[in-house]
Amino acid sequence: MTRSRTPETPGAVPDGPRHSRETRTTEGRMFTVTGGDWDDLVSEVGGEPAGADGGFESDERIIVNMGPQHPSTHGVLRLILEIEGETVTQARSVIGYLHTGIEKSCEFRNWTQGVTFLTRADYLSPAFNEAVYCMAVEKLLGIEVPRRAQVIRVLLMELTRISSHLVALATGGMELGALTGMTAGFREREEALHLMEFLTGLRMNMAFIRPGGVAQELPEGYRERVQAFLEVMRSRLPEYDKLLTGQPIWQGRTEGIGVLPLEACMQLGVTGPVLRSAGLPWDLRKTMPYSGYEEYDFEVPTATEADCFARFRLRLAEIHESLRIMEQALAKLAEPGPVMVTDRKIGWPAQLSLGSDGMGNSLEYIRQIMGESMESLIHHFKLVTEGFAVPAGQVYTAVESPRGELGCQLVSDGGTRPFRVHLRDPSFVNLQSMPAMSEGGMIADVVAAVASIDPVMGGVDR
Amino acid sequence: MGLEEKLPNGILLASVEKLVNWTRKASLFPATFGLACCAIEMMTTGAPRYDLGRFGMEVFRASPRQADLMIVAGRVSQKMAPVLRQIYDQMAEPKWVLAMGVCASSGGMFNNYAVVQGVDHVVPVDMYLPGCPPRPEMLIDAILKLHAKIMEDPLTPGRAADMVGHRTELLPSSVRYSRNGVTHGLRPPSDAELAEQTARVEALRP
Repeated sequence: MTRSRTPETPGAVPDGPRHSRETRTTEGRMFTVTGGDWDDLVSEVGGEPAGADGGFESDERIIVNMGPQHPSTHGVLRLILEIEGETVTQARSVIGYLHTGIEKSCEFRNWTQGVTFLTRADYLSPAFNEAVYCMAVEKLLGIEVPRRAQVIRVLLMELTRISSHLVALATGGMELGALTGMTAGFREREEALHLMEFLTGLRMNMAFIRPGGVAQELPEGYRERVQAFLEVMRSRLPEYDKLLTGQPIWQGRTEGIGVLPLEACMQLGVTGPVLRSAGLPWDLRKTMPYSGYEEYDFEVPTATEADCFARFRLRLAEIHESLRIMEQALAKLAEPGPVMVTDRKIGWPAQLSLGSDGMGNSLEYIRQIMGESMESLIHHFKLVTEGFAVPAGQVYTAVESPRGELGCQLVSDGGTRPFRVHLRDPSFVNLQSMPAMSEGGMIADVVAAVASIDPVMGGVDR
Repeated sequence: MGLEEKLPNGILLASVEKLVNWTRKASLFPATFGLACCAIEMMTTGAPRYDLGRFGMEVFRASPRQADLMIVAGRVSQKMAPVLRQIYDQMAEPKWVLAMGVCASSGGMFNNYAVVQGVDHVVPVDMYLPGCPPRPEMLIDAILKLHAKIMEDPLTPGRAADMVGHRTELLPSSVRYSRNGVTHGLRPPSDAELAEQTARVEALRP
């Protein structure tokens, strides 16, 4: 932790305790603290009499740096807090510690390969990143995705929402000291991830949703596995009410903390559970349906307290709703159909099968392109080396990710690669409400407020 | 690495070396250095299903002063690299670094302006673990291999000179800890032994 003091402090000062190394910067004296007693430091910083060396008054403001490597900042977020005693008078966040250049990298790959990058942006909700990007590409292409592919997308998105909310509960609990919440959240998340691995082949970063549909048909036995998952989740979710909802310490740490009323949410562009905790039932699945969400019967839970506890309860309620949607999606999957557009110039060849050397294109497909049809081979070659061209233009699509409105702005110059890919990530937008939530509160409440926003730094910095 | 380097030469430390290494590997405290996707899998590894506590490692320390192992879990951006180095410098000796995931190992798919192309540009790495992200089982395997390496660490400079050129034989933990395995941590099985083992397992199948 680094503490800095703003006033200029010329002249020499006596050596501090061994645990604090002092450096002089243009902003003032900086202490790098890596251990030792907090009181010693405070007395060293504030205890010196004001004299020829320009010592300090103990009531001067102190700026505390928190992060980017801090267990309670939800990833590599860096917070700069100006404190007076234990009270935060000003809070600012510093981001960019996880900037990965994902958007720029997309400009050097073809349209289908973009999915592979974007799925790693907000790594807790990969299916949403993929879906919103693919929807934008499809909008530019002017194509309609087969119905079955849309249902599979909904199934995957809701499964991802469950696993993402479980991590929000788990890490939020860990940051507030409710370690059992963390172990419980990760236990249930494993169930979701095992199902995800069964359905798509990977636990995270699946890149299963592709422009034009989804990569493959779901594997045999998916119905039983999804049913089993729904049953397990329904039996275990009440445990969270016992563990956290009714727990006095958890309530004490979160009730009335990090309040952000509706007007503030609207002015800051906040979406997702934070907005709904202020009372506005704004959920893109209801207000601007996509992927056939208008056919599903589900509620948008809201609260009016606008505090951390309300957001926690909303996330829990949304998990229940997601289970309902998954059940309905499962019923819709009874109807067979294609999972990728029939236009072979767009649909990525993914008729995969397991061979002796691992997973690859199926033998029937290889036989077709290598032995039977020269045309097919040319199509295959063109598609996987160059990709397909997308008409020039720009579009914006949005989905309701676990954290709020996830938008994708695409610009195409008519080529086989995107001209510009931009994500409107809800973590990034919601994070700017952190000062409004935490200024005037205690330092410990900053942690609760940040945990309730649930920013994922991969999405913030991209 | 630590106090033992200050010992005068000529003191017999052969068994002490084993004992010290055993204590070091059996309670290796990882620092919480989660960056991206891999951090989630790292947390999963500490959580009940995979339970790193079985190897004495469930306590992720937030303070680098209390940690021996830095699991660099995720992509290291240019902005994060100096922070990473500072955390590493703050860790007390002896310390180890595990580059978890392909981004930390080599930059991976993010071969661009923003990502450090392998954390070994910044800190020395003891173990590379590929995967995007690696499964918790793979992380456990990497950790067990690191344990095997720690068990053969030389204790003093004299021992280090003796062991120049020595390489730790790194068995996959599926072999080292296999239940019906022929070796149980001693050596990898030969082809004949593997065939016999497979036949035995196959015979049990209905």
